[in-house]
Amino acid sequence: MTSATYDTKYAIETRNMHIYYGAFRAVKDVSFGIERNKITALIGPSGCGKSTVLRSFNRMNDLIPGARTEGEVLYHGQNLYAPDVDAVQVRREIGMVFQKPNPFPKSIYDNIAYGPRINGWKGSKAEMDELVERALRGAALWDEVKDDLKKSGLALSGGQQQRLCIARALAVEPEMILMDEPCSALDPISTLKIEELMFELRQNYTIVIVTHNMQQAARASDYTAFFLMDKDDRAGQLIEYDTTSNIFQNPKDKRTEEYISGRFG
Amino acid sequence: MADQVQASAQRAIAAQRAERVVDLRKRPRIGESIIQTTLFACGFISIFTTIGIVFVLFEESLAFFADPAVTLVEFFTNTVWQPRIEQFGILPLVNATLMVAFIAMGVALPLGLGTAIYLSEYASERARAILKPVIELLAGIPTVVYGYFALTFVTPILRGVFGQDVVSVYNVMSAGLVVGVLITPIVATLSEDALSAVPGRLRQASFGLGATRWETAIRIVVPAALSGILAASIVAMSRAIGETMVVALAAGASPNLTWNPFEPAETMTGHIARISGGDLSYGSIDYKSIFAIGLVLFFITLGLNIASRQIVRRFREVYD
Repeated sequence: MTSATYDTKYAIETRNMHIYYGAFRAVKDVSFGIERNKITALIGPSGCGKSTVLRSFNRMNDLIPGARTEGEVLYHGQNLYAPDVDAVQVRREIGMVFQKPNPFPKSIYDNIAYGPRINGWKGSKAEMDELVERALRGAALWDEVKDDLKKSGLALSGGQQQRLCIARALAVEPEMILMDEPCSALDPISTLKIEELMFELRQNYTIVIVTHNMQQAARASDYTAFFLMDKDDRAGQLIEYDTTSNIFQNPKDKRTEEYISGRFG
Repeated sequence: MADQVQASAQRAIAAQRAERVVDLRKRPRIGESIIQTTLFACGFISIFTTIGIVFVLFEESLAFFADPAVTLVEFFTNTVWQPRIEQFGILPLVNATLMVAFIAMGVALPLGLGTAIYLSEYASERARAILKPVIELLAGIPTVVYGYFALTFVTPILRGVFGQDVVSVYNVMSAGLVVGVLITPIVATLSEDALSAVPGRLRQASFGLGATRWETAIRIVVPAALSGILAASIVAMSRAIGETMVVALAAGASPNLTWNPFEPAETMTGHIARISGGDLSYGSIDYKSIFAIGLVLFFITLGLNIASRQIVRRFREVYD
């Protein structure tokens, strides 16, 4: 499929997106665009649909039986939910890092090499070594593990595991990286390392991060989208989307102001 | 006023507490000790039974080897088993048993593992709800039915395909194939347990990297569950080695050292079943010989069980 001209401003854009789990509408009418090479934070109280929205960007919701997405999610001018789009192909373009570090029970090397290998890697051993090193450097993990790449990924500390998972995502060379509360299982020092890493990655990737931690959203993102559950039908909706400084210093919606000042949620 | 009332109530309660006699001495609990003894007896009976069986096996085997007609070396090296002419070489029986077991594993491993992967990685809730009981039903069919199935259904097909003069009426292949079907549910259900126990977040990670279901199943889930799958295979193998009815009916009744699976050959279990079903006089050397075979069987399955435990312990991936 070749794409026609599309708005290069956005890495991904949703138009009137609704997400259902069976008969229940979990997210309603979300329309917004994620800026390229920026970090966008999705915030909001539990059940507001922010993770569901994140997972809609690389069709991870497909794995939940009964999940259904309406409206458009545009990536390179193509609707990711068009009938002829292959979810597997989408996920090779848009990588994901999960809440709990989930390295495979394989060596550090094989954890990184897994993505390229399933993507039909044809290069030599030396080229793979190079790719593994580049991915680990990209995730600021190389210096800590370069001497024992044969060690199991599960033997690393939590923060290292999470950076291994980021390196693993980088090895597939995606355009975007989605992070679903990547620091919620980590200590403050590891969290800081991940945040520093995000700033470096921003040069080459578009990053969307879901976070419960408002300080994290304030200090580590360029744009912030605030989601809230509608009290009447319990569907999550986008309340306000703006630059992070505007959201935190000059929110336009009263509900946003209440949330960021810690009055609820 | 209200405060005063409350304060005096609190004082009254405190005074009552101070006066109360607290008895913390041990009380006899007869019911509890009876239950504990009974439960211990339940566990001990099965252990005792095993010990008893092993004891009898050893005792009768010792009597067998004490007979001047056999030696331990001859027992394990002689290639002929003909009790009537006092030839007691267990090799033909062991060979037939292993042939049946390997043919059976050749059927049960791909079939059982395939079923397990389908159930755990592909099947919808509905498909699983229908398939699992059906597979368990397969395990509930009496083995004598499997035996006749081998003899009257599988053997004629084999003979039709490979030729009447190639395939004997009683043959190892037919018995092995059907034992394979018989142990498939063991491989399938135990492997499925192992696959389902792999944390979902590993699958998520794999899908997130753009892996298909098959890639995820084969490269992530199966390797992570390998210890459980190996253990399942060994349990199934030991079941195949111990299986009696199918081989007694379909594999033939003559101890025969052969590599040709289309020839008849009697397995250890088949031989024990046939000999003990006949009119053997108690204490004859024929009679004692089946205990020696039983002891060998016991050691083979014991060895397999120990191996399976070791594998599970050594290769289990520990998460969290």
